Amino acid sequence: MVCQICGKKNASVHLTEIINEQMTELHLCEGCAKDKGIAGLGQPFGLQDLLAGLVDFGAPVASGKKTTLKCPNCKMTYEDFRKLGRFGCSECYETFKESIEPLLKKIHGSVQHVGKSPQRSGETNNANKELQELQLRLQKAIGAENFEEAAKLRDKIKQAEKKRAKEKSE
Amino acid sequence: MQINDLIKQTSGWLKGTGPHSEIVFSSRVRLARNMEKILFPSWADQKAQEQALALIKPVVEQLDQIKTDGLVTMMSELSPVDTQFLVERHLVSREHIAHLDAKAVAISRDETVSIMINEEDHLRIQVLEAGFMLDACGERISAIDTALEKSLNFAYSIKWGYLTACPTNTGTGMRASVMLHLPALVLTKQINRVIQAVIKLGLTVRGLFGEGTEAAGNFFQISNQLSLGRSEDEIMDNIKRIIAQVIEYEQNARQVLLTKNRGKLEDQVWRSYGILRNAHIISSAETIELLSNVRLGSDLGILKNITKEMVNELFILTQPSHLQKLEEKVLNPPQRDAKRAEIIRAKIK
Repeated sequence: MVCQICGKKNASVHLTEIINEQMTELHLCEGCAKDKGIAGLGQPFGLQDLLAGLVDFGAPVASGKKTTLKCPNCKMTYEDFRKLGRFGCSECYETFKESIEPLLKKIHGSVQHVGKSPQRSGETNNANKELQELQLRLQKAIGAENFEEAAKLRDKIKQAEKKRAKEKSE
Repeated sequence: MQINDLIKQTSGWLKGTGPHSEIVFSSRVRLARNMEKILFPSWADQKAQEQALALIKPVVEQLDQIKTDGLVTMMSELSPVDTQFLVERHLVSREHIAHLDAKAVAISRDETVSIMINEEDHLRIQVLEAGFMLDACGERISAIDTALEKSLNFAYSIKWGYLTACPTNTGTGMRASVMLHLPALVLTKQINRVIQAVIKLGLTVRGLFGEGTEAAGNFFQISNQLSLGRSEDEIMDNIKRIIAQVIEYEQNARQVLLTKNRGKLEDQVWRSYGILRNAHIISSAETIELLSNVRLGSDLGILKNITKEMVNELFILTQPSHLQKLEEKVLNPPQRDAKRAEIIRAKIK
């Protein structure tokens, strides 16, 4: 079997990850495994190393666009995140959102937060809950391949986000 | 409170009280929070980290739990023995003492609340309680979170929840865990099956000191792995249900030992007691195994004059930095092994 990253050498390092009953396999040659920081036996590696290695595997390769992406707030590039396994600031999430979605899906099996939100203002909180609710329903619709419903929800969400942005700036 | 006061007291969460305290050592909930737009600690240079610290520290110092005789200190002001001491007491993580610049910690008087500033995230809040008390931990920590966000702008997105440095913590930013003492499951050789089942249900199992540590002394730390896409309540309900099952398994296994293997069990317990009472040199590895047996013996009524609190205290006091703080000087390994035996003989009668 050939290495899944360089596509050249024979894969000798085989990683299996099981999260939420979903199994992902990664087959690397020694060179690429070392590059990704996945060292030999006996050296413990943290989840973040594994993540950094998984981030560019599975996600579609956009020509050049992804690699030149830089967070406007903290100047972190996508490459930096892959090496460090951690983000540079809160704005990184929005900046790299295209690549983050599949990553979060892999880790948590979900990309929509449900749960506590900051009590910044009573009003914002309700709008938050509405948006969360809509986004959750959108995910479910996509999962059930109910694309008509998904399109309707997507439009509702766009409207709600516009409304929220307007309220925030007032 | 000063750091040297800690050695004179038993941590509030170590008292061996609380529901199911024969099996559940302690419960813990931790929240990760960051400031909006301010660079996360691992990406920020020292100056940026100090700026974040200057914003956060005054707010933390004003919390009720910290204001009333709590301890607030910069990590850089602590000696190596003291930083290690805080790790041993489960008040800071190992990561927090790796590099000491621009880092601080705030600890409540009874040590049940600990807040690290500039660890992997800007804020790592932790609440610890004795016994199976996850709900109490959850309520307390949520109140602290709410109090902090009145003055601090937390990084939050409707889609991804509370934003953390590592994507594995995004969403609720919450990790709920329970420290269990499972000697009977180990002795009856069922522990691996139980661990596999727990892992299949989406939880992780770690040793005494968290990530990367071994399950010494029959201690197992079980915590949730995933923080996004489930509410805090859902995470808690899930882990509580599973822990309740594990507690039942351990209770059953203890009954089995008592009815089917009493003689062997009693012998193991009494031998451990004998060594602890009489040894003059003892390693920490041996100590932890013997204390585990003695704790089981006490729980099952085989050893009548040993209390849970006594054994819990010894687990903590026999660690390297604790021994040195008791002796009030730096000790080399052979000296520590001797001091350890001395402490144990004094406490175990």
